[in-house]
Amino acid sequence: MSEAKVAAVTAKVGSRPGRCGPSTEGREPIGQAQPLLAVENLTKHFPLKGGLLNRTTAVVQAVDGVSFTVQTGETLGIVGESGCGKSTIARLLMHLIPADSGKIVFDGLSVGASDGLSLRELHRQMQMVFQDSYASLNPRLPVAMSIAFGPFVHGLAKPAALRRAMQLLEAVGLDPLLFANRYPHELSGGQRQRINVARALALEPRVVILDEAVSALDKSVEAQVLNLLVDLKAQFDLTYVFISHDLNVVRYISDRVMVMYLGKVVEIGPVDRLYRRPQHPYTQALLSAMPSMDPKRRTREAPLAGDPPNPISPPSGCRFRTRCPFAEGVCEAVSPVLRVPPGEELCLVACHMRVPGSGHSRAAKE
Amino acid sequence: MADATTLPVDPAAALERARQGKSYWHRVWERLRGDKVTLAVITVIFMLVAMIVLAPWFTVHDPYTGSVLRRLKPVGTPGHWLGTDEVGRDLWSRMVYGGRLSLLAGVVPVFLALLIGGFLGVLAGYAGGLVNGVIMRLTDVLYAFPSILLAIAITGILGSGLQNTILALTISFIPPIIRISESVTTQVRYLDFVEAARASGARPLTIMRYHILNNILGPILVYATSLISICIILAAGLSFLGLGVTPPSAEWGLMLNNLRQALWVSPLVAALPGAMIFITSMCFNLMSDGLRQAMDVRL
Repeated sequence: MSEAKVAAVTAKVGSRPGRCGPSTEGREPIGQAQPLLAVENLTKHFPLKGGLLNRTTAVVQAVDGVSFTVQTGETLGIVGESGCGKSTIARLLMHLIPADSGKIVFDGLSVGASDGLSLRELHRQMQMVFQDSYASLNPRLPVAMSIAFGPFVHGLAKPAALRRAMQLLEAVGLDPLLFANRYPHELSGGQRQRINVARALALEPRVVILDEAVSALDKSVEAQVLNLLVDLKAQFDLTYVFISHDLNVVRYISDRVMVMYLGKVVEIGPVDRLYRRPQHPYTQALLSAMPSMDPKRRTREAPLAGDPPNPISPPSGCRFRTRCPFAEGVCEAVSPVLRVPPGEELCLVACHMRVPGSGHSRAAKE
Repeated sequence: MADATTLPVDPAAALERARQGKSYWHRVWERLRGDKVTLAVITVIFMLVAMIVLAPWFTVHDPYTGSVLRRLKPVGTPGHWLGTDEVGRDLWSRMVYGGRLSLLAGVVPVFLALLIGGFLGVLAGYAGGLVNGVIMRLTDVLYAFPSILLAIAITGILGSGLQNTILALTISFIPPIIRISESVTTQVRYLDFVEAARASGARPLTIMRYHILNNILGPILVYATSLISICIILAAGLSFLGLGVTPPSAEWGLMLNNLRQALWVSPLVAALPGAMIFITSMCFNLMSDGLRQAMDVRL
């Protein structure tokens, strides 16, 4: 295709017809700038069944009372060790699994409520890219069909849906003539992940959740796909929720970062602030584990020893206390809540040391 | 992978090819074309079916009228080149006509079991939970009996005859087909692309149609074709035991039973129906193997 045609195509994809927004009735009254996505007290416990009568013998607290907001146009990075509930949050946001409790508010509309946003409409507005680029594409469908599937189920005729798939292939940097009719096993990992991104964009969503979307790619391809994601974000006015365990990647792409530990949020803040002055001891440990290019700042010892505790029976009080070098009696007794630490406006930390008068010896006196 | 022949020439053609999405089956056919054994076997099956369907054109004598004077003629007798059976009926005619019942009793039960068992198995695999539990535990009950025993028991209760044979064999083939279809559906059900389809807001039936069926039909069909040979043998076995079709119907298993007494008099004639059963079930078995290889496009 010629340059002009490409521009025309992207303009067409980018123009978003029918984006007049849902009605304002039933919106939650929110004080300042309304976040595009607000999550309140989201909780998901997975029961472990066993025994003779298949009774619930234990509960994995995958996500426990998580609240956060995502502003329009920003990228929220979510980091944490494996098993901390990052992917569960992605699936809860997409309503692929039901939440035990908590509320998800999209653009002021409560999802699933009678006067709120229907699941079908939510799926049009919010899409997800999975980690496994191969398992997330149907091996029996040409990739163009996989991309066209979303628009097709939302009422677009097949030829029109396929035409949109062609435009999206172009937008993610794959020549439609070469790739439209290929099958997933004929593509490289990077190409497949581009297809997955195109599939996520096919419904013209406003929010895209990227669940470890670049983690399985090798470094050079990862960089290409990351740059593509940055370009697409500007081109289609997207908002990203970027889940990764790779601190460098998260730093590169995010505006704000949320750090999770064992199903709970320990710190949220703007990316520069969080990487420069981490407040929570867990964030500090994570960041000091990042390999440094500076030989003077070489890490000699593992800042965190051992594995995170079993999420089936997490420690009482602060969940990080078993590995925290500053843990005291108060950490065992009281679970810290997320609050603005003194001297920092834009971030939230869940640590007794940052709460004046909490009883922790390192906390400021009231 | 990018050989020149698969590259579409222009966007319209690319769209058209993508829309049809037939390339998978196209590839299966291409693999099948290179497999000489399977092709030969399929040709034999086709010839057999053609001969059986067009039986009057291939036979001279009536399969049901015989003469006591011409009893148990050996192979190569003028006028009866495969000889005659114990009541003087032309064996070639009976073999050709007998194929009708034998193949009917071999294919129809598998087809019916495929419809019923396939539906139940896919339902169990896709729905999961309680539905899965109920269907699979009931299947386990049927599984407790070997299929031949189950078929014998059912025809024993219902009585002999073609319909009852088909019914009995259908019931005995439903459990294995449920098993296979449940297991392949469950495997596909939890893959990310099904999650992605759910995330795009598609309804369960739409997901089933576009994402599940095309991934499970191949294995289920291959398994069903492998059952045809077993079914032919079982049907013949039931007739041999006197539980299948009744005399004077021409059916390979029944003929084998009737000619059993003549085994010492004209062994070749007595063995011929058995040979037909062997060849037919062998062909279906080899075809199933070939299909399995052709469909198993390593992904």
